[in-house]
Order: sequence, then structure tokens, then C-alpha cells
Amino acid sequence: MSAVSYSQRGQSRRRSRHAFTYFWQGVVAILLIAVFLMPVYWMITTALKTTADTFAVPPVLIFQPTFEHFRAVYEEGSVAKSLVNSLIVAISATALSVLIGAPAAYVLARFNFRGKSDLWFWIISNRFISPIVVALPFFLIARDLRLLDTHLALILVYLTFGVPLVVWLCVDQFRAVPREVDEAATVDGATIWQVFFRINLPLAMPGIVVSAILAFIAAWNELMFALVLTRAEARTAPVEAANFMTGFGIRWGPMMATGTLIVLPVVIFALLVSRNLVRGLTMGAVK
Amino acid sequence: MSRQRVNWPAISLIAPAVIVLLVIGIYPLLFALDISFRQYQLTKQYLGTGYVGFQNYVAVFNDPLFWQSLLRTGQFFLLTVPLQVVFGVLIALFIDGVRWRPLSFLMRVLLVVPIAVTPTVVGLIGRLLFNRDFGFMNYLLSLFNIPPVSWLGEPLPAMLTIALVDIWQWTPFVALVMLSGLSMISQDVLESGQLDAGRGWNLFRHVQAPYLLPGLTAILILRTADILKLFDMVFVLTRGGPGVSTELVSVYIQRVGFRVFDMGVASAQAILLLILCIVLSRGYIRLFYREIEA
Repeated sequence: MSAVSYSQRGQSRRRSRHAFTYFWQGVVAILLIAVFLMPVYWMITTALKTTADTFAVPPVLIFQPTFEHFRAVYEEGSVAKSLVNSLIVAISATALSVLIGAPAAYVLARFNFRGKSDLWFWIISNRFISPIVVALPFFLIARDLRLLDTHLALILVYLTFGVPLVVWLCVDQFRAVPREVDEAATVDGATIWQVFFRINLPLAMPGIVVSAILAFIAAWNELMFALVLTRAEARTAPVEAANFMTGFGIRWGPMMATGTLIVLPVVIFALLVSRNLVRGLTMGAVK
Repeated sequence: MSRQRVNWPAISLIAPAVIVLLVIGIYPLLFALDISFRQYQLTKQYLGTGYVGFQNYVAVFNDPLFWQSLLRTGQFFLLTVPLQVVFGVLIALFIDGVRWRPLSFLMRVLLVVPIAVTPTVVGLIGRLLFNRDFGFMNYLLSLFNIPPVSWLGEPLPAMLTIALVDIWQWTPFVALVMLSGLSMISQDVLESGQLDAGRGWNLFRHVQAPYLLPGLTAILILRTADILKLFDMVFVLTRGGPGVSTELVSVYIQRVGFRVFDMGVASAQAILLLILCIVLSRGYIRLFYREIEA
């Protein structure tokens, strides 16, 4: 189809058509990026605007940034405390999920046993169960065990999604480790534990890190369980943020500053694992 | 039955996961099932917590609000998912066709941002953008001389608001899933397809669309599950209001459980929702995880 385009004219016409393609694709791309990043941009700029600028109609696009809202949020302390709580809960839940999930994933990837597909189904099906179903019993159980408003209760509850996530994502990773490596080590007298910890774990580390990041994001973003299971002491950042909406006179500046502080770490993490985020959200149905 | 040697070391590696999921995954479900057959009102403890048979379930079946919330959840699905699929496919096709590699890479990475933003914070941002007096959405409308809309103050606009916010957050997800489908098409297939089908619509229908089907099925089922779960964003943005106009099923059950404190009825509702989730997930896993059975 390009037999005619060897002439000078044809070539330059094609080049200008390419230039045009580059141009309109660039324009569409900028528009799309603007639409999908605008709300986040608006949050960050509102956090940096004076209260007067926030209420301005039409909106102020160029303004003198101020850190007063971030300072206010820091000085009040409750937001800072909730961020620390979120950090404790999300990191502990992630670490436990990996500790429990990775060995299980290895066994699922390597061994065949009766009931394996049932076990598999059960682990995956956690992705589909609405958290409200278990939020009610969790609340009553935690109340009876006097675990309401503790980090421990949230950490344990977050394993309901952390462990399945890690198991699924790591099974693929362990399958990628050649079986021969295991067999060679076993012949040399290594136990399963040694084969797992010394050989497979290091080889599967990239996938495990990705699954850990996704588990962290899920735990960090969670609201419903935190809302139900915490009051003041263990209250996490999303609960604290949601609390801005109660009472009279919404403080937009501090609210958006809090939102920015919550979103910043997860967005950075998500950008780091952007290739795997979709895989994690679909539990691997889409590679 | 078979006299296989029991592989204790392997069991010890998988046991913690199984035990944990039994304790925090299955036990609470059994607990909820038990509660759903009991009288259990946290604000009326003097009534006790005796068994009442199917009374809670009867109450749920006769509760128009519950069925309305399910219906509303269905409407929300119809309002969001078709648009997410259409926009998602278009964006995926666009990114797939972008000639300048760094630009398509940049878009793939940046599209992840909306997906990752904490849903609670998404709700807060929605409050800001859809504010009647100084919100950005009404400013946009004012550019076209449209009078300000009270987005969060009236039933229909409130429903549209949560739908728009959901479309914003999850269209990139659909686009990325679709994009991974498109990237499975080899250059050979694409080129011979162009010879046979030409470009544009024909190429899409005969060559590209088949590669999108698995992803599309996955999206339909995952979005169904996620919309049945949807709580945070709506809770922060509208609290289910005004009235009950945006009360999706998870938001409604949460209200019955933790604002009305009728644990028995809320548990019965939750069990019914669970059955719905299980039926849906069965279908899903059948479709997508056949490989493990082999």
C-alpha cells in the first residue's frame, strides 16, 4: 500500500500527516489527563488556598499558596494521630498478610492435594463479599472481646482482604520459579522450609513486594471496618477525614489538607506498581 | 481414602492461612447467620437476644426500603457501568493508537491515580466540586449560562453526582483492563486484520473486539461486586441522602446496623446480600479460574 509514496511529494505529505497525528493525539491526551487528574489537583490547591480564595466565584486559578491549613491540621493533633494509627494498622496488616499468605501461595503453586480447588475458590471468593456482611459480627465479637477501638482488632480484620490478595498475586510468582530448582535442592537434602525460605522466597521477592504494596493500599484506604471498630484511640485517617463532614461550618482548607496527606502515600505507591494495580484489583483475571 | 503420605511440612506452610481465614472469614459469617435468627437490638437490650425464627427475614422481605436500596443499586449500576465501558474502550483504543511511546506510557501510569485515591477522600473532593455555591461543577455550568444546580440537595442530582464521581474513579480502571486486552493482539494479527477489515469500526469489530471480551466480562462482574460493596464514597458524599435517594444497599444495611442498631434485621439483610455475592462470585470464578482445576 506504500508503493506510490516513494515520490518526494508523497513522502512529505505523509510526514505532515504524521505530524498532524502527533498533534491531535497530544491534545486529546492532555485533555484526558486534565479530566482525570483535575479533582486531585483541585483538592491539593484548595488545601493551599486561603479560605477567601476557596469561596471565590469564579474560582481563583492563580493564587498565593499558604501552608496555614497544613499547620492547623498538624497543631490540632487528631489528624496526625490518625495518620500514625493508619500507618501502624496498615503496616502490621500488610506484614502479617505477607507472612501468612506467601507460604500458602507457595504450597498452592507447587503441590496437588484433594480439596485444592475448593480452597482456591474460597480464598478468591473473599474478593466478592461485601464488607458490611462481616462488619456486623466483627463489631459484636470485638465488643465481647473488649477489642473495640484497638489497633489489634483492625489489623486482624484487615487480613480478610490482605491474605487473599497476597495469596493470589504470589501464586503466579511462585509458579514462575522453575520446579527443577526445588527438586535439585530437595535431592541435596533440603527440607521444604529451607526450599521455601532460602530459594523460593528470594526469587519471588519482586512479586511479594508488589502484593505487599497492594495490600498496604487496600488497608490504608479502608473506611467501613475502621468506622465501626474504632472510636478515638485507634481511629484511622479515613475515619478522621469523614468526620470533617459532621457538625456545622465545614472547614474546607483543613479538610483538603487532610485529604492530601492521606492520598499522597497511596498515590506514590500506586504509581510505583502501576503495571500491577489492575492485576491486583481483578485478582489476576486480567494480566 | 488414598494412602498418600501426608506432607506435614507443606501443611505447616499453608495452615496459618487456612486457620486465619477460618477464624476471621468463616466464623463471623456463622456468627452473622446466628444473629440473623435472633432478636438483637442494641438500644433495647432489655428485650434479650432470644431466637425469633425467621422473623427478621420476614421483616426484611416486607421492608420496602431494603428492596428500594437494591433497586437503587441496580439503577446506579446501569447509570455508571455502561458509560465506564464505552469511555474505557475509547480511551484504551486511543492510548493503544498513540504513536509517541513516552506519551502512551505516561497515560498508562497517570490513569492509575484516580483508582488509587482513597474513596473517603474522593467523597470529600466530591463535596467540594459539587458544592452549590462555589463548586467547580456549577462554575462549569455557569460558563454555558446554566443556573447553579443543588447537586447534593435534591434526589436526582444527588444520584447523578455519585454516579459521575464513580465514573470518574473507575473509567480509568476499565480503560486499563481493556488496554491489557488490546496489547495481547500481535502485530501480525493486527496487520493481516487491517488488510481484511480495513481500519476504524470494521477493524475494531472483527479484530480488536474479540480480545476485549474476557476483560469486559471480568469488568461486568467485578463492577457488580464492587457496587454491591460500595460504601465509603457515598457515605462521605451524601450519607445516602437527601432522604434515602442515594442509599445503596451497603449504605442502607450499615444504617440499620449502626445507626438504628437493629443487629438482627441488619444481619438478615447482610446474609441475603452475602447469598447474592456468592452466586455472583461462583459464576465469576467458573469463568476465569478454570485453569486451577486442571
